[in-house]
Formats: sequence, C-alpha cells, structure tokens
Amino acid sequence: MLSFLVRRTLTGLATLFTAIFLMFLLVNRAVDPLDDLRQSTALNKEQLIAQRIDQLDLNTPVVIRFFKWLWNFVQGDPGVAWRSGEPVGPLIAHAIGSTLQLVTAATFLALVLGVTVGIVSALRQYSTFDYLIIFLSFLLYSLPSFWVAVLLKQWAAIGFNDFLADAFIPWPVVAAISAVAGVLWMFAIGGTARRRVQTFLLGAAATFAMLAYLQLTDWWQNPTVGPVLLAVVGTAIAFAVAGIGAGLRNRRALFSALTAVALGVVLYFPMQSFFALPMFGTNGSVTATLMIFGLAAVSIVVGLGIGWLFAGPDRGISMRTAAITSFLVAALIFIDQVMQVWGPYSNYLRGRPIPTFGDRTPNIGGNYWVGVLDSYTHLILPTLTLILIAFAAYTRYSRSSMLEVMGQDYIRTARAKGLPERVVVVRHAFRNTLIPLATIVPIDVITLIGGAIITEAVFARPGMGQLFIQSLGGAEVEPVMAYLVITATLAILANIIADIIYAAVDPRIRLEA
Amino acid sequence: MSTEPTQPDAGLEHAENAIELKEVEGLSQGQIVRRRFFRHKGALAGLAVLLFIIVLATSSVGVGPIPGWWHFTGNETGAMVNPGGRPTLTMPTWLGGTGFSLGEHPFGQDEVGHDSFARVMRGAQTSLMVMFIIGLTSMIIGVIVGSSAGYFRGKVDTLLMRATDLVITIPVLVIGAVIGKLAGRVSGMLFAVAMGFILWTGLARLVRGEFLTLREREFVDAARVAGASNTRIIFKHILPNAIGVIIVATTLLMSSAILLETALSYLGFGIQPPEVSLGRLISDYQGAFATRPWLFWWPGLFIVAIALSVNFIGDGLRDAFDPRQKRIPSQRKMEKAKLAQRGSGPDDRIDAAGRPLDSNVERAADNVRRSGGQQGGYSGGS
Repeated sequence: MLSFLVRRTLTGLATLFTAIFLMFLLVNRAVDPLDDLRQSTALNKEQLIAQRIDQLDLNTPVVIRFFKWLWNFVQGDPGVAWRSGEPVGPLIAHAIGSTLQLVTAATFLALVLGVTVGIVSALRQYSTFDYLIIFLSFLLYSLPSFWVAVLLKQWAAIGFNDFLADAFIPWPVVAAISAVAGVLWMFAIGGTARRRVQTFLLGAAATFAMLAYLQLTDWWQNPTVGPVLLAVVGTAIAFAVAGIGAGLRNRRALFSALTAVALGVVLYFPMQSFFALPMFGTNGSVTATLMIFGLAAVSIVVGLGIGWLFAGPDRGISMRTAAITSFLVAALIFIDQVMQVWGPYSNYLRGRPIPTFGDRTPNIGGNYWVGVLDSYTHLILPTLTLILIAFAAYTRYSRSSMLEVMGQDYIRTARAKGLPERVVVVRHAFRNTLIPLATIVPIDVITLIGGAIITEAVFARPGMGQLFIQSLGGAEVEPVMAYLVITATLAILANIIADIIYAAVDPRIRLEA
Repeated sequence: MSTEPTQPDAGLEHAENAIELKEVEGLSQGQIVRRRFFRHKGALAGLAVLLFIIVLATSSVGVGPIPGWWHFTGNETGAMVNPGGRPTLTMPTWLGGTGFSLGEHPFGQDEVGHDSFARVMRGAQTSLMVMFIIGLTSMIIGVIVGSSAGYFRGKVDTLLMRATDLVITIPVLVIGAVIGKLAGRVSGMLFAVAMGFILWTGLARLVRGEFLTLREREFVDAARVAGASNTRIIFKHILPNAIGVIIVATTLLMSSAILLETALSYLGFGIQPPEVSLGRLISDYQGAFATRPWLFWWPGLFIVAIALSVNFIGDGLRDAFDPRQKRIPSQRKMEKAKLAQRGSGPDDRIDAAGRPLDSNVERAADNVRRSGGQQGGYSGGS
C-alpha cells in the first residue's frame, strides 16, 4: 500500500511536471497579449508595445520563462493577472468556492437519481419503462449542454417567473400531469395487468391530490413545508427508507423511523425560535453555517440513538434506518426555514425570484436565511443543467452494471437460499453494482471541480471554468497556468483515489501497479 | 416500489438460444454482424437520419466551389420576407398550420437578412466534417499507440502509456480550448486534426487491453511459428479480431466529438468566422433568443439529431459486434419456438438445438441477458 502510494505519487509528479511544461508552451503559443495593442490607433503604439513586452518579459525565451514561473509557483507565488493586476491566489480561491457550491449538489443529485433510475430500468429489462429510459438517456447524452442551458434559462427561469406572477395551473393540466405521473409509476413498478391498473390509479390520484393541495392552499405564492406537510412527507420518507433498506416486515426498523419523524415534528416548534437567534441574523454568517452542519450531525446521532433504543436482534438495521430518516427530516426542517423568507425575497426581486446569471444578488442584505435562499435560487438552473447531462451517463453505467451483476452466480445462490427479492436486490446486487461506479464517480467529481466550464459560461457564474475561459481569452497566462496546475493535480489525485477505492470495495483487486 | 425481478422463463431463454443459433448457421462473421446491425431498429433509424442530413447539407448549398440546389448560400443579405425574418415554413393543416409550404426562407432570416437554412446547412457541413476527421485521426493514433503498447509490452508499453496519462491529465475541454484557440483561427480542418490528437487516449487504452489478451492466443503463436513478422501479426492477425471494439469506440467518440466541437465553438475557441459551424451559429445567435428564437432552434436541433443518430448507430454496432449480446425474438417466433419445444408443434426447425428442459429446475438459472459493458467515456463536457 505504502509503496503503491509512493510510486504513484512519484510518477504522478513526473506526469504533472511534463503536462504543465507542455501546457505552458501551448498556452504561450495560443495567446497573443499584444493583440489589442497591434490593432490600436494610439499614437505611442510602439512605445506601448515595448512597455508591455517589458512588463510580461516576452523577450525572454518561453522555456526560461517557464522555469521562472515554476520557481515562483512552488514558492507559493502564483503571480498576478496582469490585465486587472489582481493576485492569482485569491482569484482562484474565490472561484473554487463558487464551483464547489455548484458541483456538490449537482453531482450528488445526479448520482442518486441516475443510479436509482438505472437500477429500476435494469430490473425491468426490456420493458416499456426500460426502453423509455434508454431513449431518454440517449437523448440527454446527445444534448449540447449550452443549448439546454440557454433553453432552461428562457423557459424554466423566465417561464417559471411568469407563472409565479399568476400562479394557477388550469385543472385539465393538473389532470394531465397526474395521468402522466400515473403512467410512469405504472411502467416503473410493472406487474400483472390488475396491479398495473392499481398502480396507475394510485399514482395518478396521489399526484392529483398533491397538486390540488398545493394549488388550493396557495402554496406557490408562499412555499413553506410547515408542520402538516412535514408530518406527511416525513412519514412517506420513513416508509420508503424502511421499505427499501429493511423491509416493511421489520417492524422495529419501521417504528424507529416513525419515531424519528415524530420527534422531528415535535422539535419543529422549538427550532423556530432557535433559528431566530442573533447567530442567524447576518447574511453569510460562518458560525451559522457551522451550526447547520453540527445540527445535521446531531440529527444523525439522534437517529442512531433511536434505533439503538429499539434494540432487538437487528439493532444495526434499525439504527441505520432511523438515522437516514432523521437526517432527511432534519433537512426538511432546514428547507422549511429557508423557504420562510421566500415571500420577502420574492418581493425584493419584484416577483421574479429565479435569477438567470451570477451566483448571488449583490447587496441583498437580510439575515442568514436570505443569503442561503439567494444562493439556492442562483443554483437551481445550473444544477438542473448539470444534472440533466450527468444523469444520462450515470443511468447508463448503473443499468449495465446492474444487468451484469444480476447475471452472476451469487445472485442465483442468494435466490436459491430463499432470500426475499428485496434482500437479493438491495444487499447482494446493489452493493456490487456500485463497484464500477466507485471508480468513475471520484474522477467525475474531481474533474468537475475544474469547473463546469460551459454551464458556468452560460449562467455567468464566477467559478473555475469562467476564470479559465476569461483568462485564456484575455491572454493572461498566470491564472490559466494556476488553473491548469490545480486541475491536473486533481486529475492525478482522482486516479489514485479511484484505484484505492476500487481495491477497498473489491477484495479481488490488489494495489500493485 | 415492488422489487420483484423480471425473471424470464427458462423455456423462453432456451427458445431464444435456439432461434439465435438457427439464424447464424452457415454465415460468415461479417454477415452475422451486418444482419444483427440491420435488425437494430434504433441504429437503422439513426443511419437513415444521418445519411439524410449528410445529403441535405452537402447537396443544398453545395460543397466548396460546386453550387447546390438551394437558391441562397447564406452570405447574401436581403430584405426580410416575413416581418422580423420569421420562418416561412408553414405547418401542414393536420398540425394546425395553414398547409405545408417551404417558402423563401424556411428557417427564417437573421437581423441582416442572411438565409438561416443555408447557414445551418453550411454549419452542419463543417460540424460533420469536423466529426469525421476527429473520429478518423483519433482512431488512427489510438490504434497505433494501443496496438504497439499491447503487442510489444515492456518498455514500449510503459512509454506509450505514460504519454497517454499525460494527455488524460488535462481535461479534454481545457486542452481543447487551448489547442482550439491555436488551430481554430487557421482552419476548421486543422482544428479537427488537432482535436483528434487529444481525443485518442480512451481508444488507445481500449485497444491496448484487447491486444494484451489477444496476443496470448494460440493463433498468434501459430502465426509466429509460421514466421510472420510483427507487423503482419499485428495488422493481419490481431487487428481484425479487435475491429469490433475499435469501430464501436470510434463511433461513440464521434458522437462526443461533435458535442465537443460545438461546445468549443460556442465558447469562441473552435471554428472561427467566416467559417460557420452549428456551435458557432448558436453562439452567434444566443442573444437573439428572445426576438428570433428560430435562429437558435434550428442549429440546436441539427446538433441533437446528428449526435443522437450517431449514438444510436454506435449502440447498434455494439450489439452487432458483441457475441454475448442476444436479441429478443418477436412474439410470434417465441410462440413458435415454445410450441416446438413442447413437441406439439409441427415446426422442427427450432428443435435442432433443443434439449429437454425442466423449466422448474432451470427457472432461476440463465436469466442473463447481458448488455454491452463499456460505454464511451468521453463526455463532451458539462
């Protein structure tokens, strides 16, 4: 293990050095910092050119300039972006912050959605649902992301804002949406004709009821979760988590999950005054963010405790179920708190709350929750774009991986020893399905830290991708090189991490190379 | 959600095998592949759409000096035919239009009166050309690098794979932006070749893997004993056996290549004016989305159509080349086969490979229908 790490780090450093050297040559060849001066009509053009050549040290051969740059860089001085005169370090730090905000949520959501849909699709291989998903993933895979992004900007943002101005969905449309949802549920769950009809009716009725509730309570104007919705959604979460993770026959797990929900609903009321503490009074408060993370951890611990108290022979399962449920309920309470400032926020933006560019509204002020809501509304569209693209890839990976696993002998063995199908799928198949994904996901995530270049460009988010594109366009070599060093290092790290994870999850693999 | 699996009936599975075996009897490998490909409906549709787009794009505005049948070239500026340059294309009556007609400018005009149809066709030509050149260049480099690394192993392998790692280290879109800025301002052709020089890595790794296994096979030993040279073994003996993987990977690479080209052109690092490509058009016209959405719609639709059809062709090729891949026969054939197995059917063609079957015992077994494992992992950027 240690020799593997040392070896990979050394080859990684060698690769990094060569790559950076070559990229330095390429970038210097590609950019022309004198372009604007050559076309200028200034009288002292020659003098300006000479001045800039002197400023950027362009008379020195590029190889020597590389080593000068490298020497400064390893000493912790990545240089300045010469057009604006800003030092590169803070520029990069700010850009990474914005990018991380964008890619964490997007990758996580795309992964969860993609893997779920891919697995369901594989379990229903060659069904209508399967074909539908295959076609959808092909279509999404073939979409140019900038095109999708511009469309989303036009329709999702502007259309949704228009909708909010007069939030009423005509009843026939509600009925149609419910019918489509019912059909999707029917295809996804499958079964006999009778069961299909039941699923269709149930799914359509549930969707209709929910949309009707939202419409009649004027939810669109005032979207909060509230204790009622919290109880309903929480119970649904408890049943889903227990049903998938432990089976509904395991009453202990189910009851511990339900207890967690009940506790969440009770705690909802004291939490309201807690969230109004002065700590949450300022926009962008760091203590408040830390407190939120702390509360998330507490919710998990409380869940584990509930599961532990329920005891029984399978304490672990109850603890896990309750912990997941209590975390999700805590997340709902958090979302509710954020949504409570929706009304004033929307009013402040003159009823057009979904923005189409940037990563924050300048000078919005307000308390911590306004800041959170503001950054979330800015995240919606870019996140949606990233999800649409990544979803297709993850669905395809997890589908083919699941199909491969479901054909293995150990699945047959698991079935032969009489395990319920849920256990076969969740415990035996699902975990092995994740093995190939474990090698892809770290690389994807870390590549994305280099910036979702196109998404950031369309939505004008000041992230890593934007920094790179603008610096390259502006012929500023230093920020471009700093960016390249970071992405290349991350790529090498990602590969090493992927290898280690692979060896960790699959005991047949040993780290040698 | 129910977690019941879809367990195919073992009898079904068996009948499928029998049909499959019967259908490939006495055919060469090439014939089998061709047949399988032509049975894949998605791939056929993709092929048809792609051919249609190629013919439309080349014949309408012509190629180079050869004029096409369309009455504009995309460079003329003219008076607006419809107010605001609205498309003159009208929908047939059954789609709620006023009857189908193309009119003067079916895809509309931009703000200076350029014919959008001609420009989209020009753009499609460039994008298709770039796609094919990228595919060809990266295939040649990938195959040469991968096959020498896999065949010679040792030092050559280490050296070539280090070079591959070097290229992989920088994300494609980033290195593409730098190279595109360098080559794009020269010509679209050079841009495409340059892109090919950075996209070959995945293919090289794949080919190397194939070669590592194939070189240990008996037929390679036999060839070597017979005195064949290394070049001959590589190109005449091993390469034909790896051709399936190569073709499939190249096709999938091309579908991401067109997305990469459009993405780079969109960012301004790809095709430079006066040349037009589909990405370039979208980039130029995205500001006009609110006032002239058709300028934005049509190039996008063509990108999606091209990428989607190439993806489907790639999927069909993968199914065709993958010997593990099985097709589900039609309902009618399965009925026939089942009848034959029960011995009550008069159709004994299927029985050729049939063996007596206790469906209860084999019910749980053999429900494997594998789908092709690897996917083209070169996403065109996000």
